[in-house]
Amino acid sequence: MATESAAAAPSIPSLVDRYFTRWYKADVKGKPCEDHCVLQHSNRICVITLAGSHPVLQSGKTIESISYQISTNCSRLQNKVSGKFKRGAQFLTELAPLCKIHCADGEEYTVSSCVRGRLMEVNENILRKPSILQEKPSTEGYIAVVLPKFEESKSITEGLLTQEQYEEVVGKRIRASTAPS
Amino acid sequence: MFPLTEENKSVAWLLLSTGTCPRCIFRFCGVDFHTPYKLPYKDLLNELQKFLETETDTVILEVPNPPLKKIRLQESDDETADLSQNGEGRLSADGSIAPRPSRLNVCNICLGILQEFCEKDFIKKVCQKVEASGFEFTNLVLSVSFPPQLSVREHAAWLRVKQERGKQSLSLGRNDIIQLKEAYKWITHPLFSEELGVPIDGKSLFEVSVVFAHPETVEDCHFLGTICPDCFKPAKNKQSVFTRMAVMKALSQIKEEDFLKWFPCPPNPPKAVCSVLEMECAHGAVFVAGRYNKYSRNLPQTPWIIDGERKLESSVEELISDHLLAVFKAESFNFSSSGREDVDVRTLGTGRPFAIELVNPHRVHFTSQEIQELQQKINKSSDKIQVRDLQLVTREALGHMKAGEEEKTKTYSALIWTNKAIQEKDIEFLNDIKDLKIEQKTPLRVLHRRPLAVRTRLIHTMETHYLDQHHFRLRLKTQAGTYIKELVHGDFGRTQPNIGSLLSVTADILELDVESVDVDWPPALDD
Repeated sequence: MATESAAAAPSIPSLVDRYFTRWYKADVKGKPCEDHCVLQHSNRICVITLAGSHPVLQSGKTIESISYQISTNCSRLQNKVSGKFKRGAQFLTELAPLCKIHCADGEEYTVSSCVRGRLMEVNENILRKPSILQEKPSTEGYIAVVLPKFEESKSITEGLLTQEQYEEVVGKRIRASTAPS
Repeated sequence: MFPLTEENKSVAWLLLSTGTCPRCIFRFCGVDFHTPYKLPYKDLLNELQKFLETETDTVILEVPNPPLKKIRLQESDDETADLSQNGEGRLSADGSIAPRPSRLNVCNICLGILQEFCEKDFIKKVCQKVEASGFEFTNLVLSVSFPPQLSVREHAAWLRVKQERGKQSLSLGRNDIIQLKEAYKWITHPLFSEELGVPIDGKSLFEVSVVFAHPETVEDCHFLGTICPDCFKPAKNKQSVFTRMAVMKALSQIKEEDFLKWFPCPPNPPKAVCSVLEMECAHGAVFVAGRYNKYSRNLPQTPWIIDGERKLESSVEELISDHLLAVFKAESFNFSSSGREDVDVRTLGTGRPFAIELVNPHRVHFTSQEIQELQQKINKSSDKIQVRDLQLVTREALGHMKAGEEEKTKTYSALIWTNKAIQEKDIEFLNDIKDLKIEQKTPLRVLHRRPLAVRTRLIHTMETHYLDQHHFRLRLKTQAGTYIKELVHGDFGRTQPNIGSLLSVTADILELDVESVDVDWPPALDD
């Protein structure tokens, strides 16, 4: 996250800020600090990304590989949608796994959908070059694109944190870890 | 000259005696020249009777129950006797005598179509309505729709007449009869033409339609539904299953002996005459084309409505079409254009070709002077758009706008921001790239309503204009269908390569203008 906004401030808000609303989910599946960020476009499309506080994005981590094979019979790479109505998409619940990230230190992280909807596409670019995920986690390093049902486009973000709430959670976490025990 | 010959006598007798009008008798005798049909009804009846009275003896011998016929013949001539004949038919049916709107017996085949409904009085009434409708027209096409059971009655009469001619060893094919519609046209077209002072032309865009109905349609068609239930499936938008097409289909399927069993041949006299259900005028659409400039970054091309709520007050199509609607006095319009631009994109240069279909216009004739004034009026009304080359075009010419949509090129000018500081030499290499092939996934911003696909597009040329460390202007000539914004920022890496990736920076687009849409239609006009 930090790498992206480093240079000169543009005269207009960034692409993500112009068209998307950021929603967060902290400690996904109860795993500490595994925070996700959902970018919801005004047209209801959701881009699933890692939040800046996710362990994978902390300095010193090296991604060894990323796999969209989430079980022996199911690979997110097999997802195919056709036509205007995107027939054939895999349906995802908010807990559905999207991919697994293997790090050089032996840790494995699972990225979840966080929103209910149909899988439009996964980002194959990060398979070839996992470092994009760390360099540009909220744009080119996205994980997947999910299209929520039209009637659920508002409700799917109800359980998620806003930018402000997320910052509060992260702040508390930092205070807790630095506080003298 | 009276058109019937000795050969037709028995058929003419048969029909007249069962309540058929003289013009229908002509039709069933195959009289295929117009003049006799146009004679006044009264004269036709007299002449027909005169014709049949001569050498009556031979004829009467050939027809069954001649006494009845004689009575009827007199009746149709004598109004006081009318009632008794009416009562005879009516009482047996429903036991009451309904008042009859016409002083004439209603024909058992045409149900009055070739009687009062082709007479001058009726045509005059229609013409008054046409004139009151306020349409501008130089010719017209007449469309008439008859009640469905006319085909049934026609069929019944044909079977009976065929039988009668069989006795004389004469045949009668379906096409030997003059179609009711034909005869109706022969009689009424000259009357319409004379009354309105314009020619009747099958290709005219101005249509006068008259729809006739009859109260006994269900009664007459009911038996067909019993025999051919498959032909009469209820449909949502149909009030009755007995539509003209369904009845015709059933008639083509039903066996002759079944028909004869179920329906009297020749048909019984009707209780009532046809009524006019609808009388409408409509003008075919006309098309206006031109090119528009859009100078605002807050104006969508078409009304922008989300969840029934308007996002922005106006739109290009409304700013143009509202004036056209008013001047052409049209009912509605359909706007189309050679591509479209986003709400925040301007269209400069010679503009974007567009065409507007004006539906049911009341006014259609304009001089080029008047069209030019209309263009000025549009241009004066708003500084957000301007229109040029406004002209009337044909429907066929619209093809030029849509055809070649893939081959045509467009020129853009984009203001680009880079996150890293750049020098002029860092971007110059773009000027040397020709026909750059890019792969574009359907942009996320339109993915919700378009199929997901990867499209290959060509960026023909690029021309950079360095502004400062973080800004430059890029002029591009691209293949139609290229998403320019995504070409610049990359759309999460979904357009490859993109300006950001080419320059190894994060790039964003701050402003975009369409500088030309390279379609040479509509033709330029010198204002």
